[in-house]
Amino acid sequence: MNGSNLVVYEDEFKKIDEELNNLHRQANAKVVFLVDKSGQLISSVGATHDLDTTSLASLTAGNIAATGSIAKILGEQEFTILFHEGEKDNLHISLVGERIILVVIFDQRTSIGLVRLRVKKVTENLEKIFEEMTQKAEQEKLESKLEDSPFAEISDEDIEKLFM
Amino acid sequence: MSFINYSSRELNCKIVYYGPGLCGKTTNLQYIYNKTNPQQKGKLISLATETERTLFFDFLPLALGEIKGFKVRFHLYTVPGQMFYAASRKLILKGVDGVVFVADSQAERMDANMESLDDLQINLSEQGYELYSLPFTMQYNKRDIPEVVPIEALNEAVNTTNVPEFEAVATTGVGVFETLKDVCRQVIFELKKHY
Repeated sequence: MNGSNLVVYEDEFKKIDEELNNLHRQANAKVVFLVDKSGQLISSVGATHDLDTTSLASLTAGNIAATGSIAKILGEQEFTILFHEGEKDNLHISLVGERIILVVIFDQRTSIGLVRLRVKKVTENLEKIFEEMTQKAEQEKLESKLEDSPFAEISDEDIEKLFM
Repeated sequence: MSFINYSSRELNCKIVYYGPGLCGKTTNLQYIYNKTNPQQKGKLISLATETERTLFFDFLPLALGEIKGFKVRFHLYTVPGQMFYAASRKLILKGVDGVVFVADSQAERMDANMESLDDLQINLSEQGYELYSLPFTMQYNKRDIPEVVPIEALNEAVNTTNVPEFEAVATTGVGVFETLKDVCRQVIFELKKHY
């Protein structure tokens, strides 16, 4: 798994979004988002308009990485749940499989108990989706659908344009 | 590890600036941040100590434009250079797509350069990567200081495999974008090989 790229196709993205929307609704959360362990934001739902989700994603991944290392020093495999309590907003961070992080931001309109319960259910569904996604990406690679790839034709000129 | 999203047509890649303490990694990111259009960049986040030494990492998201209809984003990170932050430094390399090694051109920092390069190789191999099979760019920083180590000697010490090298003065921006452009080019061509 380590080192392989994360490829998300339209169908799977819809399924992921649906799960996040369910969680957002059922847990009565403010914001729900998914990040991969390298800090890339995969998807977010809820009141994200005044949130810097890119920075949040990167810092969450840093947080998980740091606590993961603390866990190892203590002889634990990993801490699978992190909880941060604020005056108004709270943060529930948990792992989905080996490489995905699920973050829920919530306030007093709900409870940590409800959030944990809903997160558990959604995590099972998300794990299945990511499993399918990995298989699909491997399959596509095996069948080498390279001719369909948008990246096959990239030229020096395309890259030059990025810096103009 | 790049993240390719076919649904939102986005391509996200992670680049890490590595090197010994005070070699100018954060200065590279600060210069890029200051010279980039507001619509192309996110916040520059620095997790630093009170004396402005990097404690965990600096982070700068850049949205460069589009390639083949995909929005291309590069996330730039630095590591804390000081030796005793070894445990944190390792974590930043998780999911890296390309590495810039910022070497300090001063003679008295040559040992620190070599030590940091060894540390980079060890940390990458612990995560299952091999430095020289990754997109990798070398930057020789602080070329404005009098009596710096000649390029040939630097190459001999830290660039024996002849990866692309750039002379830089990160404080004034000399070589900063050239370095970034080179590592981005390598990362995108690496993707081209696989997808």
